[in-house]
Amino acid sequence: METEKYLRMDKLPHIWCPGCGHGTILNSFIRAFTESDLDQDKTVVISGIGCSGRATGYLNFDTLHTTHGRAIAFATGVKMANPNLNVIVMTGDGDGTAIGGNHLIHAARRNIDLTVILFNNQIYGMTGGQFSPMTPPSDMATTAPYGNIDQNFDLAQLVEGAGGTFIARGATFDPRQLKRLYLAALKHKGFSFVESFSQCPVSYGRQNGSGDAVEMLKSQKKNTVDFKKWQQLSTEKKQLLYPLGILKEVDSPESEYTVRYKKIIAKANQEGAL
Amino acid sequence: MARGERIEIEHPDWCKNCGICVSVCPTDILIKGKKIVEIFDLEKCIGCHNCELICPDFVLKVVASDED
Repeated sequence: METEKYLRMDKLPHIWCPGCGHGTILNSFIRAFTESDLDQDKTVVISGIGCSGRATGYLNFDTLHTTHGRAIAFATGVKMANPNLNVIVMTGDGDGTAIGGNHLIHAARRNIDLTVILFNNQIYGMTGGQFSPMTPPSDMATTAPYGNIDQNFDLAQLVEGAGGTFIARGATFDPRQLKRLYLAALKHKGFSFVESFSQCPVSYGRQNGSGDAVEMLKSQKKNTVDFKKWQQLSTEKKQLLYPLGILKEVDSPESEYTVRYKKIIAKANQEGAL
Repeated sequence: MARGERIEIEHPDWCKNCGICVSVCPTDILIKGKKIVEIFDLEKCIGCHNCELICPDFVLKVVASDED
């Protein structure tokens, strides 16, 4: 596999901590991209701020490292300016659901053809472990020394409710599945969203006694289940486990935002000529 | 002995010795060394790609085996 073709080799090794799952996500993404027929030179990867934001620095594509929470906003602009480009967003749980939460739901609502990969490590890692909207209740964070009182989002349901047409969830303990999900997301025409569970053994793990990266991967496996199996579980058990896999896929390329916008332009031009 | 593919430490400088690869190896041929991962029994490698796919640091690569 020519990983080197898609990496900025002079920027590696990356700055992510030992055992950080973000590298596994990047690794799986590159493998998915290799299997897709997409043109590297017609692909833009956009990230925001935080640990996940570093991803664009290591990827050998046209990339934008944007302001906090605004990755999807920039991506919307890029896609609208040139709908022929493949636009991929790499964002984190803080970047994508807190600071950029509104951009996320509205991009989903518009069903604009972006592929959003959300690195969910359940914490603000880069700034020292503050809780994010994805930190589960009663977990420890530097801003929640007695435990987090907030409920975390069920992101897949949030994006589904907002109108996303491709929603999936994967985890770094299973990079083969992650790759398959990214590949399917890249091929989907419309807003595609892949929540990717990642382990943060340093900022999250240390505060929560989660052990090292290997231990965290084991707990990830324990707390998740394949979507098909999850559907057959009782209501109580469903709440305890996160389903993994493609959770929703609606094929309606005509409802994609740039397609609809093109029609509006044509209509306006026609009316203008009258 | 032909096994087809085997693991190689492609980028030793990038390894952070996190031990994830060690935990996913089905034949236990990898160990955490003093500074980086080490292969101690290459003969047993079955070329399953587990470690290569999960490595967060792009350190490992499965390559075609030279032996016949």
